[in-house]
Amino acid sequence: MTELEAGRAETLAPVRSGAALHRYGDVLIALTAFAVLASLPLFTGSKALLDFVIRCSAYGLFATSLNLLVGYTGLTSFGHGMFFGLGAYSFGLIMQKLAVPVPLAFVATLAITAVVAAIIGAICVRLKEIYFAFVTLAFQMLIHSTILSWASFTGGDQGLRGGIPRPAFFGIDLSNHVPLYVTSCALLILGLLAMRQIAQSPFGYTLRMIRDNAARASFLGIDVWRAKLTVFVLAALFAAMGGMVMALFVSGAYPEFAYWTISGEAIFINMLGGVSTFLGPMVGTVLLLLLNDTVTRFTEYHGIVLGVVILFFALGLRKGLLDFVAEWFVHRRDAGEGR
Amino acid sequence: MDIDALAGCLASSACLVTQTTSGLIIGMLLFLVAVGLTLIFGVLKVVNFSHGAFYMFGAYFAMTTYQLTGSFALAMLAGAAGTAVLGLIFERVFMSRVYGADVLMQLLICYAFVLIFDDVVRIIWGPEFKSMGMPSAFQVMPLFIAGGVVPPYYLLLIGVALVAAVVLGIGLSRSRIGKVIRAAAQNPGMVSALGINTGLIYGGVFALGGMLAGLAGALAAPVRSLTPGMGFSVLIESFIVTVIGGMGSILGALIGALLLGLIRSFGSLGFPLFTEGLMYLFMVIVLVSKPTGLFGKEAA
Repeated sequence: MTELEAGRAETLAPVRSGAALHRYGDVLIALTAFAVLASLPLFTGSKALLDFVIRCSAYGLFATSLNLLVGYTGLTSFGHGMFFGLGAYSFGLIMQKLAVPVPLAFVATLAITAVVAAIIGAICVRLKEIYFAFVTLAFQMLIHSTILSWASFTGGDQGLRGGIPRPAFFGIDLSNHVPLYVTSCALLILGLLAMRQIAQSPFGYTLRMIRDNAARASFLGIDVWRAKLTVFVLAALFAAMGGMVMALFVSGAYPEFAYWTISGEAIFINMLGGVSTFLGPMVGTVLLLLLNDTVTRFTEYHGIVLGVVILFFALGLRKGLLDFVAEWFVHRRDAGEGR
Repeated sequence: MDIDALAGCLASSACLVTQTTSGLIIGMLLFLVAVGLTLIFGVLKVVNFSHGAFYMFGAYFAMTTYQLTGSFALAMLAGAAGTAVLGLIFERVFMSRVYGADVLMQLLICYAFVLIFDDVVRIIWGPEFKSMGMPSAFQVMPLFIAGGVVPPYYLLLIGVALVAAVVLGIGLSRSRIGKVIRAAAQNPGMVSALGINTGLIYGGVFALGGMLAGLAGALAAPVRSLTPGMGFSVLIESFIVTVIGGMGSILGALIGALLLGLIRSFGSLGFPLFTEGLMYLFMVIVLVSKPTGLFGKEAA
């Protein structure tokens, strides 16, 4: 069984009954996760560990948002990275040129992303499967080319250098390491919680229905185009959030943030962690970053090592890690019940 | 942006000829890569993301053979044959395991091999730029056509690609094996029930696709510099070609490749920094107005 089939096989829990309970449960888990992450600096002075968590926040938001498209809606975007790059560049440029407070720049970036995503999405979601994948890729490369060629505005291939000003707001000084870390964690947890809400909402189940059978959804009176466009824009917003965390972290933005390989990495992260569980992409993010960091320490040929690991997942497990574990548990439970 | 340069070139016959030939060789190389891609997609329904690596291997095989033997013909042969074998092994050992599986899974295997192949080239041939150099037989005076400079090698390159296009087109539409391949693309179950080994056909088509990409790489080796990862931009461009032309259409690949070559060649005059952007823009325009590409059939 493939990833997506595994996703289809999941039993659809009644949406309404117990929804409120689920919601409180999710909030509780989120608060606990945030408390654990935020208290980390109290126990360790390791800057490398905190940096690792910040990078996980940026890529985790990005990868999980892609899964809203790939895993939940069945839209394989090859160009999702454009919104990661757009977020980083918009935020960085607004901070550099306008000197506004950070929260305002944050909201403005989301607004810009929403407008751009709505325009691009309106064109893309009409197309199916491989054509959707390639037209998103083309838009991504179009944005990448624009960043490179509009050097007077974006800095071209040098990227946004000179650092992004990070004036303190509400007493939070992002130019300090620990506040930056805590803010990144907060954004990650908030983003994940919001995406979880979307995935578990009736709209989220509409998306699953579109993935499984778009024709049936359409017969049931669902405006498939509008639902796809909505999730495209929503996913873009969370990807841009990831881009902003990244821009804050490196204090700049670089054309690679909008290059197509970043979309490839996000797809890989999803496959690594699993697409039929909500936290799969998060697990994939941690795995990939860990893998990258360790492998680059031991060999300069990390492509070979990474490639072999991918082959192991693709040919061996045939699904992401969390999907594999989840299915194994279901299998065991069923066996235990004598089924 | 430099519209004046573009207008100036269009007004001068010398510049027109030079730019058109350079557009044609870009287009012909792209066609060879893209036609393999489109063939593999048409028959196996696999989007071969590692296709650029075959182009890269073709170039490196040709360079090494040329350095060892000094024979240009042998170099071309090594580029084409070597990648054909590579394609066959790749398909039989790895891709054949994931037919019918999720498209993402096939993509992931190809992605893994892009990473692996690039590193393998880095290990064998080193990370730095290499060059094969123009074979001595072609180190002659360039031709002058209407004032434009045309190196003889360009004519050979265009000729070889054209021959490949014609042979492929006729072979697929007329020969028995071409008919079997087209039948396998339509209905593999039926072909298999008729006692034909579809595994062999799939392997053969993949080998053929790999061979064409390798040939393109070998032909490009004298005029381009070789580096690990060189297949990447070619891959992306040939994807644009196949998508513009319509996935699975050979005529579409030819026309798409020539259009893209000319856009690149003339675009580099008018929009030197945005040449790549022009290609993507063109692809977006085509896909928006005709979602299945210029010569594509209705999307499956």
